[in-house]
Amino acid sequence: MGHRKTSGGPRSCGGPLAVLAYLIRRLFAAAVMLVVIILVVFCIFFLVPKWAGVDIASSFVGKQADPASVAAVREKLGLSDPIFVQVWHFFKGIFVGRTYSAGGDITHCAAPCFGYSFRTEQDVWPVLTDRFPVTLGLALGAAVLWLVFGVAAGVLSALKRGSLWDRGAMVIALGGVSLPIYFTGLLSLAIFSYGLGWIDGKYVPLTESFTGWLGGMILPWVTLAFLYAAMYARITRATMLEILGEDYIRTARAKGLKEQVVISKHAMRSTMTPILTMLGMDLGALIGGAILTETTFSLPGLGQAVLNAIKTQDLPIILGVTLITSLAVLIANLVVDVLYAVIDPRVRLA
Amino acid sequence: MTTQRTSGRRKQALAAAAAVAGLLTLAACGGGNDKGGSSSGAAGFDAANNKVAQADQVKKGGTLKYVSTQDADFWDTTRGYYGFMWDFARYYSRQLLTYKTQPGAEGAKLTPDLATDMGQVSSDGKTYTFHLRDGITWEDGKAITSQDIKYGIERVWAQDVLSGGPIYLQQMLDPNNTYKGPYKDTSKDKLGLKAISTPDAKTIVFHLPKANSDFPEVLAMVTASPIRQDKDTKAKYTLHPFSSGPYKFESYSPGKGLVLVRNTEWKASSDPVRKAYPDKITLDISSNQNDSDQRLINGDYDIDASQTGLGPQARQIALKQHKGNLDNPVSGFIRYAVFPQTVKPFDNIHCRKAVIYAADHVSIQTARGGPIAGGDIGTNMLPPSVAGSEGQKYDPYGISGANKNGNADLAKKELKACGKPNGFSTTIAVRNNKAQEVATATSLQASLKKVGINADIYQYDGSQSSGIIGAPANVEKKKLGIIIMGWGPDFPTVQGYGIPLWSSHYILQSGNNNFAMIKDKTIDGLFDQYIGTQDEAKKTQIATDINHKVSEGAYYLPFTFERLLNFRSSRIGNVYTSNAFSGYYDFVNIGLKSTK
Amino acid sequence: MTELSKSGAAVGEPTSTSPAPTSFLEVRDLKVHFPTDDGLVKSVDGLSFKLEKGKTLGIVGESGSGKSVTSLGIMGLHTAGQYGKRKAQISGEIWLDGTELLSADPDEVRKLRGREMSMIFQDPLSALHPYYTIGQQIVEAYRIHHDVDKKTAKRRAVEMLDRVGIPQPDKRVDNYPHEFSGGMRQRAMIAMSLVNNPELLIADEPTTALDVTVQAQILDLIRDLQKEFGSAVIIITHDLGVVAELADDILVMYGGRCVERGPAEKVFYEPRHPYTWGLLGSMPRLDREQQERLIPVKGSPPSLINIPSGCAFNPRCPYADIPKDNVTRTVRPELTEVGSQHWAACHLTPEQRERIWTEEIAPKL
Repeated sequence: MGHRKTSGGPRSCGGPLAVLAYLIRRLFAAAVMLVVIILVVFCIFFLVPKWAGVDIASSFVGKQADPASVAAVREKLGLSDPIFVQVWHFFKGIFVGRTYSAGGDITHCAAPCFGYSFRTEQDVWPVLTDRFPVTLGLALGAAVLWLVFGVAAGVLSALKRGSLWDRGAMVIALGGVSLPIYFTGLLSLAIFSYGLGWIDGKYVPLTESFTGWLGGMILPWVTLAFLYAAMYARITRATMLEILGEDYIRTARAKGLKEQVVISKHAMRSTMTPILTMLGMDLGALIGGAILTETTFSLPGLGQAVLNAIKTQDLPIILGVTLITSLAVLIANLVVDVLYAVIDPRVRLA
Repeated sequence: MTTQRTSGRRKQALAAAAAVAGLLTLAACGGGNDKGGSSSGAAGFDAANNKVAQADQVKKGGTLKYVSTQDADFWDTTRGYYGFMWDFARYYSRQLLTYKTQPGAEGAKLTPDLATDMGQVSSDGKTYTFHLRDGITWEDGKAITSQDIKYGIERVWAQDVLSGGPIYLQQMLDPNNTYKGPYKDTSKDKLGLKAISTPDAKTIVFHLPKANSDFPEVLAMVTASPIRQDKDTKAKYTLHPFSSGPYKFESYSPGKGLVLVRNTEWKASSDPVRKAYPDKITLDISSNQNDSDQRLINGDYDIDASQTGLGPQARQIALKQHKGNLDNPVSGFIRYAVFPQTVKPFDNIHCRKAVIYAADHVSIQTARGGPIAGGDIGTNMLPPSVAGSEGQKYDPYGISGANKNGNADLAKKELKACGKPNGFSTTIAVRNNKAQEVATATSLQASLKKVGINADIYQYDGSQSSGIIGAPANVEKKKLGIIIMGWGPDFPTVQGYGIPLWSSHYILQSGNNNFAMIKDKTIDGLFDQYIGTQDEAKKTQIATDINHKVSEGAYYLPFTFERLLNFRSSRIGNVYTSNAFSGYYDFVNIGLKSTK
Repeated sequence: MTELSKSGAAVGEPTSTSPAPTSFLEVRDLKVHFPTDDGLVKSVDGLSFKLEKGKTLGIVGESGSGKSVTSLGIMGLHTAGQYGKRKAQISGEIWLDGTELLSADPDEVRKLRGREMSMIFQDPLSALHPYYTIGQQIVEAYRIHHDVDKKTAKRRAVEMLDRVGIPQPDKRVDNYPHEFSGGMRQRAMIAMSLVNNPELLIADEPTTALDVTVQAQILDLIRDLQKEFGSAVIIITHDLGVVAELADDILVMYGGRCVERGPAEKVFYEPRHPYTWGLLGSMPRLDREQQERLIPVKGSPPSLINIPSGCAFNPRCPYADIPKDNVTRTVRPELTEVGSQHWAACHLTPEQRERIWTEEIAPKL
């Protein structure tokens, strides 16, 4: 918070126009960032192994590889082309699609083409779009839960600092932060699914049945939300306590505002900023794959896809998920930045 | 033939297992559900182990539900190499010959499938002629022809497009790899492979450059299934194979699961093997073994398709509460340690014997999971499921007998004979992703120390096996004197199990499996003799002889004849384990007892 | 400002039985203590004063002398928003226009805040919410106490901004605090405090965070506004110079207590407490170089947990040894009248003090 000396005179940075200008600046930065990410990720996945002497073509062919097959695959995937040509093909593939051809075998990969899986022979993009909604549903559902419960618990703890509630909530929060997902996840499955039989816990796509989907998602949501709610409660509590000590909160009280309004309007708005930052990062990362949660609950999301891909060294899938993750983090941060600008007018100048 | 076939169990699940085991047990008890258990229709412990459980109670119809913690490598019959995929593929693919749908050793015997009989073999063993049955059809109703079979086999040559799968057909029919595969085939009908001729649509003739008496076994692999040229989607065929069997793909989503439904064009009259009881077969891929085990026990699923056995904590629950649903067959896998002769002092047979005698075999068995989860103490190198095996009866080093807890005196005597009376130092190489293998390494290390052999444990990335222990130069450089591995047969003969391990012709610079670097003319000669012998009894005798030769060379310290612990739900009948599939249940004829 | 009761006169007496005062604001034996891990912090320890409408009281002292705590006590801001177990312990009486605030229903006190009594804070940048426009914050302050629509309230806000001298108030009303200069921010803060025509205005170090040139403007503004609105004003400052022209009466605090009070001209020209001399000596004067200040207050303010026995100022007082029998270190001096409505708490005899002041101190100032 810099103490800015202004020379006086009104400035036009308060209105929606300022937010729009800010948004455009951010969007542009995000687009540039995306291109850079694609380049870097491509290099990590295709060039670094090459420099390190690992032959991607032979990992495609599998264990029975003979030199002729490896050479054919190398030709088909264009792995012996100059680096710039490879990057260019990769880029072009994303926007206009790509055709792989070698030895009479022609594979077309429609735009946006991120290549095709070495293991399952599927194009990467449909795999991603097939699995993305699962992960998105998981992440968003859990986020709603953890925001509501985490922030509420944090605020209450801050307001009742030192009370039994505060101590209890913070002990539970510590538990939530420290207990791994596969423990809480298995525990919840053991109790609610196998033990009490209340919840089937098997994933059903939303398009098939809403209640089935809810039934399959509720435990993953709660498990994931428990972990994050715990973190958010702790952050909220700490931030809220800090904000409550701010001068402008005292000013709000000095105006004669009711305490509820002081908390819910003045203190909450300030408390939301660090929480939003965290939310952006967490959501972005989760969308890239809540690997443990998806594995524990057998949710066919991106996390599971990438885990399988890592096990089978299926580079294109790993690359696709990595790009999706980067994109998700980018978008989440963009959204957070915009929300930030809406919340905090000082940000709009930046 | 690779160890890929034992699917890796989820480490992550294992990590949580210990912590949650107790809770799961509680939950299972508290839940008080009465599914399973001996009172409610389970056939009993080991009821399907080498015998048929509840064959008479099976009805037609219903949905048979499989679960698995991993997907097949490929569902394309040319490309699949996972054991359970071969078992499962019989639902939607047929072969000239196939294994009998019989329990145990009988199941490892061949029977005609698409072919009318076992075929005619020329006197030199180089030509096999088969005639096709009437009424055999594809899922669109068209007849399956000899050309379809030839085309299906030709696809094995297209490794550049269709990676994966065994290549025995190529090795036996075209050892020099002169054919370039159907996709580069310049002949009009793409049937340019010279080694196979199809004089008419119902006749197929194989011309082997060199006789091999196991050729029928190779023809029985799903790799030899017919594939129709106009339905060949090449690399993408794995996403939707075109059915020649009683079931066809309704849907498949890699990593998620698949659904098979009845192939209405399939005629039971044309198929003496497959019974096709259920109307529908589903396979769900679960990423959490605890979860899938629990759902099996709860009755949400019928069988674990990957047949890797229950996880540690579900095993405890099932053994206590659902023992009647379990089978504990021998798997065909042997777990062992092998001594590369290129690493000193293992060039000396006495030093190898010293290790065999020094090892505490009971403690190694315990490290593998004990008699039920781990298996019987292994006494030689031929799996009990392979013809010619004598099982534990052949035990030249007293491994399961007098020396089962280790014999330090004998070990020291051998050390003296080796010229290392005070012992020596060496390195044990073990895959870091197999908890049980690391445990056996530790156990072995402890018992070796007692006789003065100091062994370091070298853990390496299991996915890099072929470059680390599979490269003899690297083994020599790193002085990996003891390598811990496991092996199972691709087809249940001494050739299908032992040739890559014991034949000097199979020593490779990379991806080598003859870790012991055995260059024994007697063994090579016995394999040649085996390949040229058509008589089953003689073949069995040669297999026994080969096994004895390997044991006498003391190249291996066998750990266990592995056992599986598999769960079958109380809903299913006509269940039995088959030696053809390394002790897995024979999937193809399992039916439901109630179709509700 | 007559009838200054002796400090400690009301100790132990239940507030409900005390007679209601006739003054607009009367503080009786106010004590504000904060329990901490290290002990009880006695920020204010028995403070009494009165203030009439239209008058200005300057409360002067170093930081930690209890002046801000006093103002927050009057506003009731020690109890509002105190979370957790460690609440401030407040005793005494605060009478505002016939209502005793400490024993009143907290919600009643809340309704008085911002309307009857309002406050200007030291640092307007941190005292204004950074996320709301100046207008929104003034509108909010107005609408708490006035049932009007936003439009009306905004007109009022613009009017107030105009009144405190902000140019283009109709535009600046939509600006955020960070878009204002420091002086403008304090003007806006004042506009916000006065939006409800409060009868009591407490300005806590209103100019400390501002440039010297702006300070004078703000002080002028407060004076003008007081005349216009007729409010009672308390100005809290560590700088006697600030209150020199503004205050009718001055109250000097040290260690949570009053050490001298009286009409401004008395305190300035005939101060009767060594601490006041020190304050006068450390006053910034435009006609003097800083190093020429002769009587800075040496040493540091007392610990409010272990207030020195006797006269709290004795460790820093150059004259502490003049009274006999070590009395400055054993007996706490009470406020005694040293002139007309002029009170001071010191063990030196009035004669000694007059002599020291006229002979030693005054010539050097």
